[in-house]
Amino acid sequence: MEKPLTQHIRADRQPLTLKEYEMAGGYQSLRKVIKAMTPKAVIDLVKESNLRGRGGAGFNTGLKWSFVPADSTTPKYLIANADEMEPGTFKDRILLECTPHQLIEGMILASYAIGANISYIYLRWAYKTAAHALTKALEEAKAAGYLGQNILGSGFNLEMHLHTGAGRYMCGEETALLNSLEGKRATPRAKPPFPQISGLFGRPTIVNNVETLCCLPHILMNGPDWFKDLSRTSDAGTKIYGVSGRVKKPGAWELPMGITMRELIEEYAGGMQDGLRFRGALPGGASTDFLVEEHLDVKLDYTSVAAAGSRLGTGTLVILDDKTCPVGFVKNLEHFFAQESCGYCTPCREGLPWVEKILESIDLGKGRMEDLQLLAFHTKYLGPGNTFCAFAPGAMEPLQSALKYFREDFEKHIHEKVCPYERETLSVLR
Amino acid sequence: MLTTEEKNEIDHAISLVPVRKAAGIDALKIVQEHRRWISDESLRDIAAYMDMSPEELDSVATFYNLIFRKPVGRHIILLCDSISCWVMGYENILQDLSTKLGIKYGETTTDGRYTLLPNCCLGTCDCAPALMIDDDLYRNLTTDQLDYILAKYD
Repeated sequence: MEKPLTQHIRADRQPLTLKEYEMAGGYQSLRKVIKAMTPKAVIDLVKESNLRGRGGAGFNTGLKWSFVPADSTTPKYLIANADEMEPGTFKDRILLECTPHQLIEGMILASYAIGANISYIYLRWAYKTAAHALTKALEEAKAAGYLGQNILGSGFNLEMHLHTGAGRYMCGEETALLNSLEGKRATPRAKPPFPQISGLFGRPTIVNNVETLCCLPHILMNGPDWFKDLSRTSDAGTKIYGVSGRVKKPGAWELPMGITMRELIEEYAGGMQDGLRFRGALPGGASTDFLVEEHLDVKLDYTSVAAAGSRLGTGTLVILDDKTCPVGFVKNLEHFFAQESCGYCTPCREGLPWVEKILESIDLGKGRMEDLQLLAFHTKYLGPGNTFCAFAPGAMEPLQSALKYFREDFEKHIHEKVCPYERETLSVLR
Repeated sequence: MLTTEEKNEIDHAISLVPVRKAAGIDALKIVQEHRRWISDESLRDIAAYMDMSPEELDSVATFYNLIFRKPVGRHIILLCDSISCWVMGYENILQDLSTKLGIKYGETTTDGRYTLLPNCCLGTCDCAPALMIDDDLYRNLTTDQLDYILAKYD
């Protein structure tokens, strides 16, 4: 089984030095592309490979790039979104900490394709080890002539800077990230214009996720057919999947796109901890709908997970077991969303704290049956089309699916006026 | 007054962006690194240096979770309170930590040693529960490790 993104990661998880990365074939893709391919050819090849954005949206990367005006003479920007902050998600951390040069090479290739001469890595503040690894790798890449003026004698110039954030989930949203890089509050921007036309400082800009960018050197070296063949489904490539929660061996693994949830949990995460049963999972972070037992054989790719009523998102599963309270679980998620809402539009700013309060009442045994209707109302009122960005609709995904799949738990809290799980949840420690 | 060292670091951040204001968040972070928090006086000085009004800069400063507009202790404890850590029982860690230090979220110990804050997902969910103290990450936490961890900081 091929694992292009992670195969060279050292056992001690120390970052690969430039020398080690080059020994493993690093920067060969850049050498090949920068001599032999036009930017247009790079875009076409990536489009054909069917690489889809690994940050969660799953949009075709080459297609996204193709909206950048090729003939524009204004500065253009390429940004790596390394603000990994989706609860339950820990995949980009591995790539950032262990193979910083792979990201840098991917960013140079993406910049070359769209004609960007300035690039930023937007890294979340909490990732200190990654900041360290990236700072060193950027110095090495610059000294080796992979960054700066006239890269490898091609005439292509690229500056790359590391920018660390100041802590806010919204910064991961593409247009909010741009505002944050401009020194503003991280509130989202209206689209159109899309960032590809008017992004950072009003210039054409591409924002790509870390894992997406890390795929590029391999796709351009080995071709689109090789990339498609890595996958078990129509969505190409490998995917870094993760599992957290009360399983025997939580962790992250690079696997063929389209592995099933059952395989991931049973074969890689070692199955549920003794005495616990699988009840459900968020397939790709806090803002995805629950999948439940009947979905265990769903293939974890963008298309199949969408068909099952959820989203692949970041591909890192958070597991709900049968001794953990689903109401408490969702309350924790909505507390997060209420707190991290940027406050820019009213339904999100006012609606989410309301949702959290209702869930808290139910969790404490003070709920009323009408509260369930109120929650259902919010899942529509904060849903797609009613808010400025995808934040609130994302927040409603786990809630609407919890109301559907775990309704009896909500009702039990209300009827018995107490959380039937409380003691169990509090006594759990590994 | 900003020190020469602070100004030099802010100038470097400004050199990386095409618009001076764009380095405003970096300027806040730089000054906070030196002074631990951003007082009203610091805020006014930074704003003047960035060609911004204090109000504009404050709107940015108060937006971000990790810019501190109130005094904090010598060490910041960021306890992850997101979903995977919740499932794995971070509330027990919170309870113990809170009892040991005699503080709740947002408070600082009387000796000025620690400030305790909740934090969104630290991105280490396979090793939950987790917390950070300053730049150090602690994972797979159990309550019996807390004394050992806390003793490292003075």
